[in-house]
Amino acid sequence: MLDKIKEFASEFFVTGDPLILGAQVSIALSVVAIVFVLTFFKKWRWLWTEWLTSVDHKKIGIMYIIASILMLFRGGVDALLMRLQLAAPQLEFLEAEHYNQIFTTHGVIMILFMAMPLMFGLFNIVVPLMIGARDVAFPFLNSLSFWMFFFGAMLFNVSFIIGGSPDAGWLAYPPLSELSGSPGLGQDFYIWGIQISGIGSLATGINFIVTILKMRAPGMTLMKMPMFVWSVLSSCITIIFAFPILTVTLFLLFIDRYLGAHFFTLDGGGNPMMYINLIWMWGHPEVYIVILPAFGIFSEIVSAFSKKKLFGYKSMVFALMSISFFSFFTWAHHFFTMGSGANVNAFFALTTMLIAIPTGVKVFNWLFTMYRGRLSFPTPMMWTVAFIPCFVIGGMTGVLLSVAPADFQFHNSYFLIAHFHQVLIGGVVFGYFAGLYYWWPKMFGFKLHEGLGKWAFWFWNIGFYVCFMPQYALGLMGMTRRVNTYDFDMGWQPLNVVSTVGGFLMGIAFLFQIWQIAHSIKFFKKVDNGDNWDGRTLEWSIPSPAPLYNFARIPQVQSQDDWWETKQRRAAGEPEPAPAPLEPIHMPKNSGIPFIMSVCWFVLGFGLVWDWLWMAIPGFLGVVACLLARSFTYDTDYYIPVDEVERTEAALRGSK
Amino acid sequence: MAHAISKTAGAHGGGDQGGHHDEHHGHHDHHDQESMKMFGFWLFLITDVILFGTLFATFVVLRFNTAAGPTPGELIELNGIIISTFILLTSSFTSGIAVLEMNRGNKRGLILWLAITALLGASFIGLEVTEFIHLVHEGANIGTSAYWSAFFTLVGTHGLHVSVGLVWMVALMLQLSRRGITPVTKRKVSIISLYWHFLDVVWIFVFTIVYLMGVM
Repeated sequence: MLDKIKEFASEFFVTGDPLILGAQVSIALSVVAIVFVLTFFKKWRWLWTEWLTSVDHKKIGIMYIIASILMLFRGGVDALLMRLQLAAPQLEFLEAEHYNQIFTTHGVIMILFMAMPLMFGLFNIVVPLMIGARDVAFPFLNSLSFWMFFFGAMLFNVSFIIGGSPDAGWLAYPPLSELSGSPGLGQDFYIWGIQISGIGSLATGINFIVTILKMRAPGMTLMKMPMFVWSVLSSCITIIFAFPILTVTLFLLFIDRYLGAHFFTLDGGGNPMMYINLIWMWGHPEVYIVILPAFGIFSEIVSAFSKKKLFGYKSMVFALMSISFFSFFTWAHHFFTMGSGANVNAFFALTTMLIAIPTGVKVFNWLFTMYRGRLSFPTPMMWTVAFIPCFVIGGMTGVLLSVAPADFQFHNSYFLIAHFHQVLIGGVVFGYFAGLYYWWPKMFGFKLHEGLGKWAFWFWNIGFYVCFMPQYALGLMGMTRRVNTYDFDMGWQPLNVVSTVGGFLMGIAFLFQIWQIAHSIKFFKKVDNGDNWDGRTLEWSIPSPAPLYNFARIPQVQSQDDWWETKQRRAAGEPEPAPAPLEPIHMPKNSGIPFIMSVCWFVLGFGLVWDWLWMAIPGFLGVVACLLARSFTYDTDYYIPVDEVERTEAALRGSK
Repeated sequence: MAHAISKTAGAHGGGDQGGHHDEHHGHHDHHDQESMKMFGFWLFLITDVILFGTLFATFVVLRFNTAAGPTPGELIELNGIIISTFILLTSSFTSGIAVLEMNRGNKRGLILWLAITALLGASFIGLEVTEFIHLVHEGANIGTSAYWSAFFTLVGTHGLHVSVGLVWMVALMLQLSRRGITPVTKRKVSIISLYWHFLDVVWIFVFTIVYLMGVM
């Protein structure tokens, strides 16, 4: 009996690596600690009613952001381990197998479990407030999206200590990712982790399109929407066209592995290149999905801290929309070396160059917004200003890569690595940090400490250039991606050392940010009113943090940057129309179904990974039962009575 | 057809602008909710179009890759497929009648026609399962070659969609019998009928591309 358990445990848990053993122990200890704290302070009920079952977009947004910061930590540790391994030739810090796992999980986590949830977190917190709505269109679905993401991410991450991590690269190209190349369970964790969270992302895409098109405050025509809302719309449109392709692609890979089908195998008439086409038909739009909202954030911030209307509003809208359209026609530039012929490569090279044009338009719009503005430089604006040159360089190296003949040299080299880290860190990460700093007071009612934020800012920025500029050179010197070590005679060591130092500078920057958050919580100082940045859009017209129902009265919008215009009119002493009488507010009820259903998804996925049908089938039945339970629930909403709204408003706005 | 459905769903509740504010308010909210859900479902159908589009593309790429195994021309019997095609097309028609009955306010008629639709759908699934069993007996399963992988996945995904629709339809009939025709159940029926018509359209492509072009 004992032997059997031992045998099972040695298959079930990842064993034999001191690094992972350390992680297992620390994970076990933190789980025990969390359970203890929750039990000791009797917080289980609070956790369930206030958070796990909440359908409030603001709370869901906060949960997304917390999860993404945790994932940033995990992905960042992966990155630093890789940089350590590469710091000197022929190091034996990580073995090849472990190194493969780490670059795989680093990529997946950073894109799908860090950038995406951080983006969804900001969507959730900001979009309803910006358009004068009380929630998203489908609050229940929104909660379901979050929990699907969360349990998908858990399923993916658990592979690290149970069963083994995936190691076939972040996009898992076959035939390597097939059963023949990856017989372990890691690849199955990859498929189901991404699949489950991907369905959640798809639902979020639908949810926000409906929210934006149907729930704007009266008077807010499309061309009066804040630019961030436009960017969310373009990103979500891209999501609903791109994510189904991912769902199908992973599903086909799963069928190959689980049922022995021949979609992407080398034998039986399968075609591995088809997978690579399909995954990039999703993958390329995906990078635009994450960058478009960052463009929106920069547009809001640049206009708020220049005290000017955004320059070239219409061209900005056009640029966002054309990027989301063109993003579907560039996928093959990820594999010019496939051998699809000169004409195909020429087409994709041209579309890739073309997509740089609307991006360039935006850069000029931001610059002209700043031109002759009344500029100030708090942390959100600093990130914005740092983003512009960084993204321009990244964009230009991207255009270099788009030249198909030259790409045969750059392909899969560190030049490429440097390029996409520059656009993803310099664009996406800087953008979301800017957004976090900007909207933090709106979420929590206090500002983050500016001084520590500046330290973090400089460490991030200097660290970024120190880390990635040498990698461009390394790429041109012939260093290819995914090598776990190199020889002394390659001459790559000096630049690799520099790059590793840069990586650690960014690691220090992250610590500064954690310190900044901790410090600002400890020395909590509530912002005076809801408009601490002297903002321009509707979210700044309500208290921070926003009450449950957001707007006691739905605002009547007259112009673009409506809140700014309202403030101007007030300052000029223009009479305001008397406020309409309060009405009962219609709100959705909390529900435990999304959480339970996502747990069932997790059980289903875990069962399929291990090929334990006794576990997968109940998981599946649980999902069906949750769907039916929801369908039969008719009591899904309630009204907040007027006097409760009055009391809340009076308390939030003081005596005003 | 689809236009008519969304129009009738949208027309409800918009008329009573002058009602007392409390009641009117609730009503108005409700109407917004239902029309938003319709719109959300249209967006979901877009994603489903992409999903099937990807499967069709995969099928077309792999359509000759039988790897020296059985070819579709040898195994597929068109007669059965033509029968099941007519069954599914008829079920689309009966689901249309169900919606008409709903708009006339006839609850019994609505449930009856939904039941007929579900029965037709179930017999479609029955025929499909029989066909698959036949193919497996003849030596073509999902692992036989890339062609058959693509075949079973595409046709099977459609069948899975129809099966989901069946469970959903039964659940809806129970809700209708319990609650009658309300704005909420009305929207639900409209959505499932939209879904059902959509699956019909997809089947026409399956029939054309997989069966007619594959076999003839």
